[in-house]
Amino acid sequence: MSDLVKLTIEGHEVEVPAGTSVLEAAKLVGVLVPHYCYHPGLPVAGSCRMCLVDIEKSPKPQPSCATPVAPGMVVKVHSDQAEAARRAVLEFLLINHPLDCPICDKAGECSLQDYTEQEGRASGRYADYAKRYNPVEDFGPDILYVPNRCVLCTRCVRFMEDVAGEPTLNVEERGDRAHIGVFEGRQLDHPWSGNVVDLCPVGSLLSKDFLHKARVWDFDRTSSICPGCTQGCNVVLETRENTVVRIKPRPNPAVNRWWMCDHGRLSYAWLNRSDRIEAPLVLREGRLAPAGWDQALARAAEVVRSAQGSWVALVAPGASCEALEAAARLLKAHGGSGAFRVAEGAEAPLPGVPDLALRKERAPNVNGALTAGFSRDWAGAVDAAKRAALVLALDEDLSGVPQPLTSGKLIYIGTVLPEAARTAAVVLPSANMAEEEGTFENLRGLRQRYAQAKTPPGMARPAAWILGAILEAAGSPAGATA
Amino acid sequence: MGFPHPIHPKENPVLSRHFGEADARTYAGWVQRGGYRALEKALGMTREQVIEEVKASGLRGRGGAGFPAGVKWGFMPKQKTRPHYLCCNADESEPGTFKDREIMRWTPHALIEGCAIAAYAIQAEQVYIYIRGEFTEPLRVMQAALDEAYAKGVVGANAMGKGVRIDLTIHRGAGAYICGEETALMNSIEGKRGNPRIRPPFPAAVGVFGCPTTINNVETLSSVPHVIEKGGAWYKGLSLSNPKSTGTKLFSICGTIARPGNYEVTMGFPLKDLLYDVAGGMRPGHKLKAVIPGGSSVPILTAAEADETLLDYEGCVAKGTMLGSGGMIVLDDATDMVYQVMRLAKFYAHESCAQCTQCREGTAWTVKILQRLLNGEGRKEDLDLLLDLAEQMTGRTICVLSDSCAAPVVSAIKKFPDEFAAYLRRGRTAAAT
Repeated sequence: MSDLVKLTIEGHEVEVPAGTSVLEAAKLVGVLVPHYCYHPGLPVAGSCRMCLVDIEKSPKPQPSCATPVAPGMVVKVHSDQAEAARRAVLEFLLINHPLDCPICDKAGECSLQDYTEQEGRASGRYADYAKRYNPVEDFGPDILYVPNRCVLCTRCVRFMEDVAGEPTLNVEERGDRAHIGVFEGRQLDHPWSGNVVDLCPVGSLLSKDFLHKARVWDFDRTSSICPGCTQGCNVVLETRENTVVRIKPRPNPAVNRWWMCDHGRLSYAWLNRSDRIEAPLVLREGRLAPAGWDQALARAAEVVRSAQGSWVALVAPGASCEALEAAARLLKAHGGSGAFRVAEGAEAPLPGVPDLALRKERAPNVNGALTAGFSRDWAGAVDAAKRAALVLALDEDLSGVPQPLTSGKLIYIGTVLPEAARTAAVVLPSANMAEEEGTFENLRGLRQRYAQAKTPPGMARPAAWILGAILEAAGSPAGATA
Repeated sequence: MGFPHPIHPKENPVLSRHFGEADARTYAGWVQRGGYRALEKALGMTREQVIEEVKASGLRGRGGAGFPAGVKWGFMPKQKTRPHYLCCNADESEPGTFKDREIMRWTPHALIEGCAIAAYAIQAEQVYIYIRGEFTEPLRVMQAALDEAYAKGVVGANAMGKGVRIDLTIHRGAGAYICGEETALMNSIEGKRGNPRIRPPFPAAVGVFGCPTTINNVETLSSVPHVIEKGGAWYKGLSLSNPKSTGTKLFSICGTIARPGNYEVTMGFPLKDLLYDVAGGMRPGHKLKAVIPGGSSVPILTAAEADETLLDYEGCVAKGTMLGSGGMIVLDDATDMVYQVMRLAKFYAHESCAQCTQCREGTAWTVKILQRLLNGEGRKEDLDLLLDLAEQMTGRTICVLSDSCAAPVVSAIKKFPDEFAAYLRRGRTAAAT
């Protein structure tokens, strides 16, 4: 017990480990002390002075982010003196602020708006002086800097220096002329630099990708897992009118802390593809024709039952664990085998966080595919497919495979129809990861759930449901439930 | 002081005795004047004895805060587990203060000797003398003296032949006022932006390069050899008023005064005598209006208050101001107080490091209000607004730059309300000039 400290915050007693800041301790009793420069993932700067609170026996208000708890400490967040100090900080921050919330992307998720609403003055006293003006600057491939809105909290500077390990940003000039600058000859193009946009508590650092695209209060937000690589960063899919508009990191201390990389952040367009298969297709007289699910599943079961000979599955490591396991069960019942391949790119670690990187393998469920029993022997599986009686393709784009893929029958489950699948006996439209619920197993073997963020197009269904239905219809001994 | 005016009989020249003697800048000249005897003596004492002697002297920090130097040295860890550093703050940038400049210009070896004694006492690996970027001549003189001190073996691997290693490096600032703040100075030495750091941790625990560090002002360190040579008790005896303020103090007097310059008097010396006697009084036909006694950051004294002030730490506090750095700005009856205060605030607005919100925005806003007042466009509520801003700029920030901007504004509004009222009434033409 010696390492626990008991103190009182706003009348609530709380016991926290020694060394905890007053601000973090206050969170535990449900009191959020307003703050700008403080962020749990960054070194303490203590400079915005927004988190000033009153501490008994201390004549001056103290910054709660930089003040460690002490035994018997009595903290008052909403005393007159502390509120006056914070009200003054808000007024100071707003005197040169352009008050352009109506055209600011950050409106609705802006700390300056929130705290001013909570504790600020109804009107400012900076009557009719000209405001400081600096033009918008291009900081890097995806980031714009709007200096007029900046509160100089330096979160972005500290992220680049202490977390990304690549000092790129600095504070230029002094006094009220100060602004964030990029070191000469550099730009903000680190693979993890997009985090500065999330870190910015105001509308100063903006993503070009998201610029003027949507108002944040229109979003539906869904907890999800980033499908960009095997790291399995926890994310929030933000959707508007059934379209993924933005991906933000969701804090998970065990996987990605507060961060996500730019690759994951910006690779979401495929979730909104419009060239999707919208109905099941069945091969009739040499042509794929639309069919109902009952018809198509009956045809698939018939193909499965009648296929005499070897079976091969070509699966994608982006499919859910549930879909991959259902596919494996189908194969296993008939003694088949399967393989997957995975796209690769350069590995990009985030030096400030152990075991966090944009991984080389750019698919979310490589481990899930391996656990389900699929191998990495893609070439062998493609070769075996030629002679197989049945080939099951699960969300594989089949690019680069020889034509025809097989002399047997092909069942194709996927979101879009590649040329190589036009000879399939049955094509079954599946949902993409944003349109279904499921789990991915990341490279450390952690299974993480993602929820459905939007509805699938047309008649598309989750792949796990489709495979379960085939298993059921084909009368598998180990039949999975839909 | 000996330069440019001859030593006044009421002065007590300890530090400034050899000002103006070009010969004192050389090693030979300095030794001839008794130099480096104190260092030799100190190296023959234990580190604890040196610290005790300085504690006994009552020597307090001359940079402005007045913290007892010996106590500060005593904060350094006794068991050395990491490198220790000594920083000499020679970034004298407080407006109205120019005493350290003269110490470095005329008696560079006095500072080197003081640094060496302090380095020995606190077991410092390295002494950094951080000289303000604009001080080109003091830099040249100091560097020449340091080179000579190394050449003569006074400092270096075997200082004074006593087997003690003492190393000094001169680090030149780049021209930021804030780098005179001790933690900003340390950041600057480390090659970082000169932003003050949050305390705690204090420099004695985490200072330059994260190691225990002591930081002292030029005048403090230059006083140390006298303390060691003549004894703490002798130094403690130099006090005309409060026994907590000991020794002599250099005052830089500037502004509307007959003989501007540096004058060294014993602690507790009456301010009135310093102005009218030692510094020659007001210009003919003018009367004293106000004095800013300790560099621009301290509250202003009216002429009446100044007449009763005794120049030591306690004497200034008794009159609601601070001794500060001893940079005394004298303002006579031709002075426009509103303009002077605006000019001071403008300095702080320019020099704010931009970390803390109150300081970054508040200093600049204060200037704008004062400028509007000067333009005759002031409003009744402006004075209350200035006082309100000043209240929120005081005691709310990492360092005291913001407080320093607020202090003269508040004291001017309170002590010279008529001048502000005149601007409110009649605009530009109301100036006292």
